[in-house]
Parts: sequence; structure tokens; C-alpha cells
Amino acid sequence: MERILFGDNQFFAVNHISDEKSRAQSIRFKDDSAIIKTLDYAIESGVNTFMCTTHDRIANICEFIRNNPSRYEGFTIYPCMPYAHKYANAVTELGIAGTLKQYVPGNFIGSLFKGGVAYLSKDYLSIMELLIDAEMKMFKGISTPVIFLQNVITDMLLGLGMKEVLVAFHRYVAKKYDAEAGYITMNMPMLLDVLNDAGIENPIICSSINISGFRMSGGKEKYEEVLRTRKFRAIAMQVLAGGAASPKAALEYVCDLPNIESILFGASSKGNILETVSLIKQFDQRKLNLNLKNSN
Amino acid sequence: MIKVGLIGLGKMGISHLAIIGAHPQVKVVGVCDTSKMVIDALEKYSSFPCFSDYKKMLDQTRPDAVIVAVPTKFHSEMVNELLVRNIHVFSEKPFCLVPEQGPSLIEMAKSKKLANQVGYHNKFIGTFREVKRIVDGGWLGEIYHFVGESYGPVVTKPKQDTWRSKPEEGGGCLMDYASHVIDLINYILAPVKSVKASMLKSVFSHGVEDAVFALLETSSNVSGVLSVNWSDDTYRKMSTSITLVGDKGKIISDANELKVYFREKECPPEYTRGWNVKNITDFTPPVNFYLRGEEYSAQLDYFVEVVQGKSPNNINNFESAWHTDKAISLIKKAQTLG
Repeated sequence: MERILFGDNQFFAVNHISDEKSRAQSIRFKDDSAIIKTLDYAIESGVNTFMCTTHDRIANICEFIRNNPSRYEGFTIYPCMPYAHKYANAVTELGIAGTLKQYVPGNFIGSLFKGGVAYLSKDYLSIMELLIDAEMKMFKGISTPVIFLQNVITDMLLGLGMKEVLVAFHRYVAKKYDAEAGYITMNMPMLLDVLNDAGIENPIICSSINISGFRMSGGKEKYEEVLRTRKFRAIAMQVLAGGAASPKAALEYVCDLPNIESILFGASSKGNILETVSLIKQFDQRKLNLNLKNSN
Repeated sequence: MIKVGLIGLGKMGISHLAIIGAHPQVKVVGVCDTSKMVIDALEKYSSFPCFSDYKKMLDQTRPDAVIVAVPTKFHSEMVNELLVRNIHVFSEKPFCLVPEQGPSLIEMAKSKKLANQVGYHNKFIGTFREVKRIVDGGWLGEIYHFVGESYGPVVTKPKQDTWRSKPEEGGGCLMDYASHVIDLINYILAPVKSVKASMLKSVFSHGVEDAVFALLETSSNVSGVLSVNWSDDTYRKMSTSITLVGDKGKIISDANELKVYFREKECPPEYTRGWNVKNITDFTPPVNFYLRGEEYSAQLDYFVEVVQGKSPNNINNFESAWHTDKAISLIKKAQTLG
């Protein structure tokens, strides 16, 4: 994985700090061309991995990438699935069975609900596989070496103790897409224990890691301890969370932590993208120099 | 360890189950739903004992506390059964289908000293708690107007019917979305005592409203506007906000951001005259397990504390939720037709 990954929250009005900013973003990125322009800024700054949800609009971006192969040579996407609000809003309205009926492709589910009675093959994992395939359709022909399960699903399975399903995701993306599974979570220490228990070694785990301790369930100290002592491939997200800290202090904190393979960030403007990338590079370089000095 | 059972495995039920399942002081002794599909999946992949008849679950597992997350029309009957059996209750919102069902349940929970809570999670959101603190401190002076709003993309095209599209079963935007805002107004200001006018509008649904607009007055004589619409897809998810106008200042707050304006120098510590902007990150203590928002974990952590006798049962108890049921009923009655 690259050291820096570019995220997509800003494109889809996901803003954990302000509803007003959310709306401004949704106006700013109304047209796909605005998204592409911002992606190009990220590429110019040397970031070649785009980590994005399986939002409907990503399909258009993928189409553009496919149509411009030379421009996006070496460009990689890490899909994160599912785009949870699509399902959450559907479940509120249609219930769980109704939602499956709507989103599982083909008439697989249709036939299960014949006459209003659920005839279930009890093969839930193949329903999951069908849903993964449906979400992956838009990425056809694009390099997707890591495929992530979104935090709301990862954490739901974690809370329900459905280890087997987490493992099945891992197996299926490897088998069908020749990709590594990644897990986004708000409960990193707990998830790592469960994945290790289930026999998944050195998993890719993307979680909130920031100087303010925001969304680091179980506490910042616990996260730092796990990073120091355990083996896994950590991605830090929400690194700038907690408006109190300056971007500089926030990035310095994350760059200085041990065992963080990648840092995920999203930004809308060219200036912010360049600033974030250059700060990360600067702190990484400083750490490298320090390590060299210590080893001499 | 507290033995907890859960009835109803829809969206909220599953969310509660995942959170309570991860709680270190809780053992989930049984889960119950009438959907064979959901129960089969849990039986196969989780370790929770599964039931399709809640009374059987109660008989066999003897829980200390039960979470009720079934459609609203079943709430009063089930909550009554649980209280009769001396079981602590956390019920999803709204509390009852009609306010007449509330008093006997409130009374029984009180007299038996059983923990009783309803899932109005906004009270566990840091920004709204801070609004309450500022209001209670009198920093806005005399509040003379409020606007309570909630918008989101639940019903955005005509679709098939479920219980949520049947008003007699607790469906519709008023019971679902608007109840949250009403409850927040009740909490921050005072219970709504009268409804001057209301309009319930269907946008895409048949037989049920997708939007609620109303003029309200609280028992502290503050007037205000309620504006709620679940057919608004300019919002990515439910977004609730409250605006309060007083003679010393003004607050605009949602779940993420609190903006407060003080006209004079007198204001709470850490605030100054003029506009102040604070974010949820300033007010959010971390939780042990996070699923969809700290507030969902925090409300269940609080319920466990109340059951353990470690916290007073004064947030979201049946009585406060009953005030919201009453306001819902007033809004229905005040409807302007046409």
C-alpha cells in the first residue's frame, strides 16, 4: 500500500464536523468533472491510490478512468463497501427482507420471498457474495488490490460476534478478485483480536487515529499500545479530526506513531491536498533521519 | 453480569444487539424476532440464543432487562408484560402508539423501581447536551422562539407498503422522524403544551405523512416552529437541528456543530461575546464500542448503569417519552386539512 491514500468523503458531503460544510461540498462536487479535477490534484501531488465507497457516482468516475487509460496509468482504487446509507435508508423503509429483495441482483431473492413467505436456502454467505459482486461491478477493468468492508458492517458483525462472516469476506475477495481484504472499523483493538482469533494474520485495518482521540473506541492509549505491540497493517483515517489541533500537529502525531503503513485523508482544494501531502512527507523524512542517526 | 434479552431485530434491534453484545458487563441471554430469515441468520452465525416467541424467551432465559425494538403498536403490550415480570425495560421510540397507554406503564415502572428508558438518542449527543447546559444556565436570557428541524432521505419515491406506511401501526414521519425533534424541544425547553396549527403532508407515501409542519408552544410559554421532512434527499442521512432565540443570544445547533451568539459580555466560561462555533469533537467522550454514533452506545451504557443502580433514571424515562407521545397526539389533532 502507498504511504498516502486519497479518500472520498469530501465528494459525497460526508463531513463529521459540520452539516453546513456538507452542503457546501455537495454543491461544489455536483458535477463529476469537479471530482475528477480534485483527483487529478491528488495524482499531481504524488498520491496514486483512491480509497472510495461504492457510491453510485463512483461508477461514473470509474468510467472516466477506463476511458482515459494513459492518463490513469498506475492509478489504483481501494473500494469500500457497501455505501451504507443506501441500505440503512432502505431498511428503515422496506425492512430487511424488502431491502435484500431490492438490492440482491437477479431473481435469487425474488424467488426466496415467493408468496410473502421466506423460503431460505440458509446460504447467507452466498447472498453476501452476490452483494459484493453487485458492488464490484463498477470497478471492472480497474486495479483494486485491496477491497474494504465499511465500518458500519465490520463493527456490526463484530458486535454480533459473526466472526465467520468477516472471514468469509476475506476469503471471497481473495478468491474472486485476487485482492486483499481490508476492514474499516471504529473498534480497532477489539477487531484485531477477533480477526487474529479467526486465523487472519497481519490483517489490513483502517481506523480513526488522531491526536484528539476522536472515535478511538477503548481509548487512545489502547490504540497506541496495539500499534506498538501487535502485527497488522494499519491505515490511519480521520487523522485531522478534532478541530482543536492544527493540521501540522495532527499529522506530526500520526507520522510519529509506530507501525502505521498508510495515512488516508481527503481534501477538496489543491492547496489543502498539497499541504497535507508535503507535511506527511516532511514528518516521515524527519523520522527517517532520526532513525538513521540512532542506528549509526 | 446483567442478563439482557432483545425483542425485535429490525434496523434498530440489530444495532442495539451489536452494541449491547459488545458490552463488557452484559450477557445477552436471548434474542427474539418473528422473521425466520433474521433468526436463522443469527442462529447460524452468532452465539445468541434465538427465539420466535418473546414470552418463551422470557420464561426460559429469565433476563434482568429487555430491549424492545418492535413496531410501535406492540410496545405497550410488551412493556406491560415485562414490567409485570419485574424486568427492566429499554424501549425504542416512540414510547406508545397513543398517550393513553402511557400512565399505567409509567406508574408500574416507578412503583416497582424498574429501570425504564426510551431510545431518544439525541439526548446523548454532546452538542445538544451543551445547548441544554447553556439554556439552563440562563445565558440566552428569555427565550422567545425556537425552530426544530429534521430532514432526511427515507422515502424518496413511491414504494411498497410496510408497517412504517400505516399510521395505525406507528408509521409515518410524525411518529418516526418528528418524534425525535419534539423530544429534543421537550428536553431543552419544556414539554410542548399546545399546538396552534399543524400540516401533515404526503409527498411520496400513500396514507401516511412524509412531512410535518407545526406551530407549537411549550409549557414555559415559548413558541416555535416544527419542520420535519423525511422525503428530502438533499440530506445524506437524518439531520436534526434546533435554533433558539433569546433576548441575550441565539443558538443554532445540530448533531455536529454548535453555533452560539451572545449579545453581551456575560456568557459561559470558554465562550465570548458574538459568535462561537464548537464541534461535536469538543463534547464527545469516547465509548467502549462504537457502531453508528457515540450516542447509540452511550444510551445503552447509561441504561446498564441505571439497571445496576449506578445512575439515576432521569434521562429518557417513560415519563419524558410520554410527554412526546402527548405532543404527537396534539399535532395530529391540530391538523389543518387541505
